[in-house]
Amino acid sequence: MARFILRRLGLAVITLWLISVLVFCSIQLLPGNVGRSILGPLASPQAVAALNHKLGTDKPALTQYREWVTGVVKGDFGTSQKLQVPVRPQLTAALRHSFELALIAFLVVVPLSLIGGTIAALRVGTAVDRGITTAGLSLSAVPEFVTGVVLIAVLGIWLNVLPISAAWEPGAGPWTQFTHLLMPAIALSCVLFGYIARMARAGMVEALDSDYVRTAILKGLPHRTVIRRHAMRNALLPTITVIATQLGYLIGGLVVVEILFNYQGIGRLIYNAAQAHDVPMLEGGAIVVGGVYLLATLIADVLYSLLNPRIRHQAAE
Amino acid sequence: MREAISETAGEPPASAAALEVGELDVAYRVRGVNRQVLRSLSFTIAAGESYGLVGESGCGKSTAALAAVRYLPRNGRVLGGSVSIAGRDLLAMHGEELRRTRASDVSMVYQDPGRALNPSIQVGRQVAEVYEIAGAKGGEARAQAEQMLRKVQIADPGSVMRRYPHQLSGGMQQRIVIAMALASNPALLILDEPTTGLDATVEAEVLDLVATLRQEFSSSVLFISHNLGVISKMCDRVGVLYAGKLVEEGDAETVFNDPHHPYTVGLLRCLPRGGQRKDHGRLDTIPGFLPVPGADLPGCVFAERCAFADDRCRTEPPPPVDVGGGHTSRCWYHEKAQSLPRDTPSELPEVASPVTAGRPVLRAGAVSKTYRQAGSDVHALAGVTLEILAGETLGLVGESGSGKTTFARCLLGITAPDEGSTLELDDQPLAATTGKRSGEQVRAIQIVFQNPDSALNRRHTVRRIIGRALTKLAGLKGDAREQRLQELTRSVKLAERFLSVRPSSLSGGLKQRVAIARAFAGNPKLVVCDEPTSALDVSVQATILNLLADLQRDQQVSYLFISHDLGVVRYLSDRIAVLYLGRLMEVAAAEVVFAAPHHPYTEALLSAVPTIEGGDRPRIKLEGDIPSAADPPSGCVFHTRCPRRLGAICDEQEPPLAEVEPGHLLRCHIPIDDLRTMQSGSQPAPA
Amino acid sequence: MSAIEAAAPTRSAASVQRHETLHVLARSKTFLAGATIVGFWVLCAIFQARFFQDPNALSVHQLASPSGSHWFGTDRNGRDTFARVIAGARDILEIAPAATLLGTVLGTALGLVMGYFRGIVDDVLGRLVDAVLSLPVVIVALLAIVSVGPSKQTTILVVGFVFTPLIARTVRSAVLSERELEYVSAAQLRNERAPYILFAEILPNVLQPVIVEFTVRLGYAVFTVATLSFLGFGIPPPSPDWGVQVADHYGFLSGGFAVWPVLFPSLAIASLVIGVSLLADGIAQGFDG
Repeated sequence: MARFILRRLGLAVITLWLISVLVFCSIQLLPGNVGRSILGPLASPQAVAALNHKLGTDKPALTQYREWVTGVVKGDFGTSQKLQVPVRPQLTAALRHSFELALIAFLVVVPLSLIGGTIAALRVGTAVDRGITTAGLSLSAVPEFVTGVVLIAVLGIWLNVLPISAAWEPGAGPWTQFTHLLMPAIALSCVLFGYIARMARAGMVEALDSDYVRTAILKGLPHRTVIRRHAMRNALLPTITVIATQLGYLIGGLVVVEILFNYQGIGRLIYNAAQAHDVPMLEGGAIVVGGVYLLATLIADVLYSLLNPRIRHQAAE
Repeated sequence: MREAISETAGEPPASAAALEVGELDVAYRVRGVNRQVLRSLSFTIAAGESYGLVGESGCGKSTAALAAVRYLPRNGRVLGGSVSIAGRDLLAMHGEELRRTRASDVSMVYQDPGRALNPSIQVGRQVAEVYEIAGAKGGEARAQAEQMLRKVQIADPGSVMRRYPHQLSGGMQQRIVIAMALASNPALLILDEPTTGLDATVEAEVLDLVATLRQEFSSSVLFISHNLGVISKMCDRVGVLYAGKLVEEGDAETVFNDPHHPYTVGLLRCLPRGGQRKDHGRLDTIPGFLPVPGADLPGCVFAERCAFADDRCRTEPPPPVDVGGGHTSRCWYHEKAQSLPRDTPSELPEVASPVTAGRPVLRAGAVSKTYRQAGSDVHALAGVTLEILAGETLGLVGESGSGKTTFARCLLGITAPDEGSTLELDDQPLAATTGKRSGEQVRAIQIVFQNPDSALNRRHTVRRIIGRALTKLAGLKGDAREQRLQELTRSVKLAERFLSVRPSSLSGGLKQRVAIARAFAGNPKLVVCDEPTSALDVSVQATILNLLADLQRDQQVSYLFISHDLGVVRYLSDRIAVLYLGRLMEVAAAEVVFAAPHHPYTEALLSAVPTIEGGDRPRIKLEGDIPSAADPPSGCVFHTRCPRRLGAICDEQEPPLAEVEPGHLLRCHIPIDDLRTMQSGSQPAPA
Repeated sequence: MSAIEAAAPTRSAASVQRHETLHVLARSKTFLAGATIVGFWVLCAIFQARFFQDPNALSVHQLASPSGSHWFGTDRNGRDTFARVIAGARDILEIAPAATLLGTVLGTALGLVMGYFRGIVDDVLGRLVDAVLSLPVVIVALLAIVSVGPSKQTTILVVGFVFTPLIARTVRSAVLSERELEYVSAAQLRNERAPYILFAEILPNVLQPVIVEFTVRLGYAVFTVATLSFLGFGIPPPSPDWGVQVADHYGFLSGGFAVWPVLFPSLAIASLVIGVSLLADGIAQGFDG
C-alpha cells in the first residue's frame, strides 16, 4: 500500500513539474512583451526596457524558469507586479476563501446527486428516472454564470431571500456568512449535480444488472439488504473518483462564480492577475490550482483502492 | 393476510414434483416486438431426480433456468403457462412469498462464478448470509458457513472465508457458489452451465463434488449444459431443447443411445466420438442455421433443417409421442429418425497419401518465454523443443496457463521468445518477431483465432478482409487477385454473396470460414489453429473440422491445433504434444497418447473428460489447482498434483523429456513399463 | 447468458444496424428535442441578417423594458435585445463546432498513437495529457489568451487545444481494448505498417465513441466559449455574443432594474447548451442500442 501511494505521489510530482513548464511556457514564451503590456502602447521603449530589467523578464527564459521554480519549491512565489506585495499570502488567503465556498458546494451537491442518481437507477426507465436524468443533463450543461444570473434574478431580486453578493459586512456572524455563500455554492453545484448523479446512476444500474446482485436476490435476501449491502458499495465506488476529477471543473467554475458574486477567492485572484498581466500572481495561482487538483485525485485514488479489495490486494502484492 | 400466505405457502403435498414447468411461453421484448424464446415448454423434475436440459446456444436453456426462479431479464415476459416449485405456483406468488421460496426451496449455481460473487465482500460473509436469512445469528452463521465450506471440500475454510472472490481460482469460486446454493438445503438446485469456462480437470472435480453432494442433500437437480457428455454423466433424465421447444425427452442413457428425434440424431453425429479420426471419414453436419429468436415456426421447429420434413412438418406441430418408457419425441417420423440421411458424405476423396511426412517444416528449439510481472518472473514457456512435420496436424493440449497460446504466439512472431530460443522454418532460421521475417516466412505461418468475432475487423467487408490478405501475403493485384479471391472463397465453401457483407451479418461458422480463407491467402505451410471451434456450436464445429481436414488433404498444409476438447484434438491430430506449466510432458502419435501407457498428467486429462459413452472407467483425480508459473514447483513441475508420484525424486529432480519408445517422448521418472502396469486397469479413454 | 443473447438483435439483423440507429434516433424524444432547439438557433444564425434588424442599431431608449417595438427591451446602449439575442447565435455556432472539430481531430490522432504504441510514447504523452487536464479548462484558456489576446481565431485554437487531451484520453482507452482484439494481430501477421493498422483497421472501430465524444464536447465547447466571452477573454465586443451581453449588463441586476438584457441572453445560452446536450445524449443512446 505504501509503495502504491509513493508511486502515485511520484507521478503527481512529475505532473506538477510538467504543469509548471506548461504554465511558464504559455505565459512567457508566447509572443508578448511583459513590460509593454503593463505600460501600454504609448510608453517609451526605454521605460519598457527598464521595467523588463527590473522584473527580470529580459533574462534568458531558462534562467527565469529556474529562478521561478526554485522560488516556488522554497515557498516563495515572488512579488506581485501589480500590487507590489508578496504573492504567497495573497494565494493562501484566496485559497482559504475558495475552500470554504467549495466545501459548502460539495456538502450540498454530493449527497443530493448520489441520492438522485440512486433513485433514478432504482426506478430505471420510469418518469422519475427520465426527470432526474434530464434535469441533471440540463443543469450540467448550463454555464455557471447563467445559473448564477438566473439565481440572482430569482432568489436575490424577485424573491429577495438571499443576498446577491458573497462579500459580507465585516464582523458578520457565521450564519450570515453562510447565507452569503449559499447562492454561489448552489450556482457551483448545478454543474456538478448532473455529472455525479449521472455516474451514480450508471454505476447503480450496472450493479443492479450484475450477476452478483442476481445471486443476492436469488438467495432470498430482502430487497433493502440487496441494495444496501450488495449493490450500493460496488456502484458508488467509481463515483468517488469522479467526484475528485470534477474538482477541476469546480475550480474552473470558481473563477466565474467568484467574479459574479464578488468573492475574494483563488478564481477571482487568477482572473484579476490575468487581466492585469500580473505574471507572478498568475503563475502562482495556476500552479496552486494544479497542485490542489493533483492532491484531490491522489486522495481519491488512495480512498478508492482502500475501499476496493481488488485494487487493495494488487497494491499490496 | 400474512397468515393466509403462510397457509398457502405451508407444507406442500408430500409427493410434489421439485419443479413442474407447464406450457411455459416466454418472450423477450426487443424494439417493441415480442420475440418468443420458449414455446410451451413443459417438463417435470421428480423429487430427488437429476434432470438435464441440453441444447445449442440460443435454444432457450438459460431462459428456462431463469424462468424457473422467476428472474427474467428486464425485457423478458411470461406469456403463459405455469412454474411450480415443490408444488407451489411460483408465478402467482407475492413479493415476500417469492423471496421466501427463493431463500429456502430453490438455489442456483451460475456459469461464471467470478461474476456471481460480490467482488467487495469476503466470501465467508457471502455464504454466512444464507444462514442469516434462515435466522442464524452472526457467529453461528459463520460457524455454519465454515462447516458448509468443508463439505464442498475446501481444505482450509477458515482462511478461505476471509478472502475476496478475485483471490480464488475459478474452481474455488464455483465451490463457494455451490456451498452458498446448498446452504439453504433447497428442494431444487439449478446448475446453469456450471463448468463452462473451467479447465477439464477442474470441471471434473466440480462435477464429482456436485454428484457427491446430491446424495447428501437429496436435492433435485436441473442441470443445464450445451455439453452432451456432461449431461450424460450428471443426469438421470434429459430434455433436448431446440428453438425454445422440448423436442425429445427421456432417460438420459436411452436418449443418447437410441435417439428418436432427427435433431438429437444429427447433434450426436456431429461429435467426433469413439476415437473417430479425420482419415476415417468426415463428421456429419446439420444443414442450415438455428432459427432466429422469435421466428414464426407454425409446424415442427426443426422442419427447416430436417431431411424428412414434408408439408405436414412445416404446418402442423407434432405432439410429443411416447416411444416407450417415458421417452417422448416430437416428430411425425420418430420411428425412422435414426435412418436420417447424412448431410455430409462420409467418404473422403482419394488423394495421394502424404509421402512427405517426416520432413519437418518447423523446428522449435528450447523455446522459452519469461514475462516480468509484479516484480517476479513468470515462466510461461520453459525450453519447448518440438518439430512440426509437413502435412501433419500437431495437437497441442494442456490446461489454461500451460503455455499453449504463448507457444503459438512465439511461432507467429507476435511474441518474441527469450534469448537462446531457436525457430527454424524449412531449415532457415526464423527471426523472433514478424517484422523481421522475410515476406516468404510471414506468409508461410498464419493463424485461425479462437473467436471469429474479434478476429475479423467488423468494419470491413468480407471481400476487403480476404482481399487485403491476398495483396499483402500473396502480392496479388487487380484481376489476378479477384480470381484468387473467388477460388479461395470457393475452397472454404463460402457463398459469393457473402463477399459484400460485413462480418456482423454472418453466423459464427461463416465468420470462421472467412478467417480460414484469410489464413490460407498466402498458401501457408503452417497454420496455427487456436481453439478454432470452441466458440462454435456442436453442429457448426463439425463443418469447420471437416473443412480444415479437407484443406489439409488438398494443400498439404501443417496445423498446430490447440484445443481443450480432446475429442476434437483426437479427430484432427496426427501427433499430440501435452503441455503443463510451460513444459512438454508428452509427445507422441495421437493414438499412442490416447492409449496407455501415458504420462500421469495425460492420464488425468483423459479421465477428466465426461463422455456420452459412459463413465465406468475410474477417475484419476488431481489435487488442487495448477501452480503459478511465477513460482513453479521444484523437481517435476507436476509432482504437486501427480496421483502416481514416486517419492522424493519427483520433488527434487526434474525428469528429462526422453524417448521411451520410438516416436514417444515422455517426461516422467516412472519407467514406461511400470506406467504400463499401473495404467492397465484403466482402459484408454474413448474420447 | 443465452437469455441475453436471445434478447439481442440477431446476427443477420445487425447488417441493418446503421439504419436502426437512425430509426432509434428518429424515435428518441431526447434527440428530437435537442435537434429542434439546436436547429432553431442554427436557422437564427444563418438568416439573422436577412430577416431581423441590425443588432448594433441604436435607439434612444436605454435599458427599456420589453414592449411592442422592443420585444426583449433594449440594452445599456439602446440596442434591441431581441435582435442581439438572435444575432448572438452566430459567433458561438461558428467557434464551438470549429474548436470541437479541431480538438476531436487532434485528440483522436493522439489517442490512437498513445493507445496503440503504449510503452514510453504513452507514458510521456500521458503525463502531458495529465498535466493539461490538471488545470481547469477555463484557467488554461485564460493563460493562453492572456499571452495572445482575445479573438475568434484564438478562441477556436485555444479551446481546440484544451479539448485535445480530453478526447485523446477517451480515444486511447477505446484503442487499448481494441488493440487486444485478434484482427489487429492478424494485420500485424501480414506485416501491415503502423499507419495502416491505426487508420484503416482500428480507427473505423473507434469511430462511434469519437462521434459521441464530439457531440458531448460540442456542448462543453459552447459552455466554455460562452464562459470565456463572459470573462472578457472570448469573443471581443461589439459582437452581440450572449456571454458578452451578460457580462455587460449583470452589474445592472443588483439595483433590481434591467433584468431583461441579462435574462434573455442567459436563457438563450441555456437553451443552446441544453439542446446540444440532449442531442449528444440521444446519439449516445442510439449507439448503445
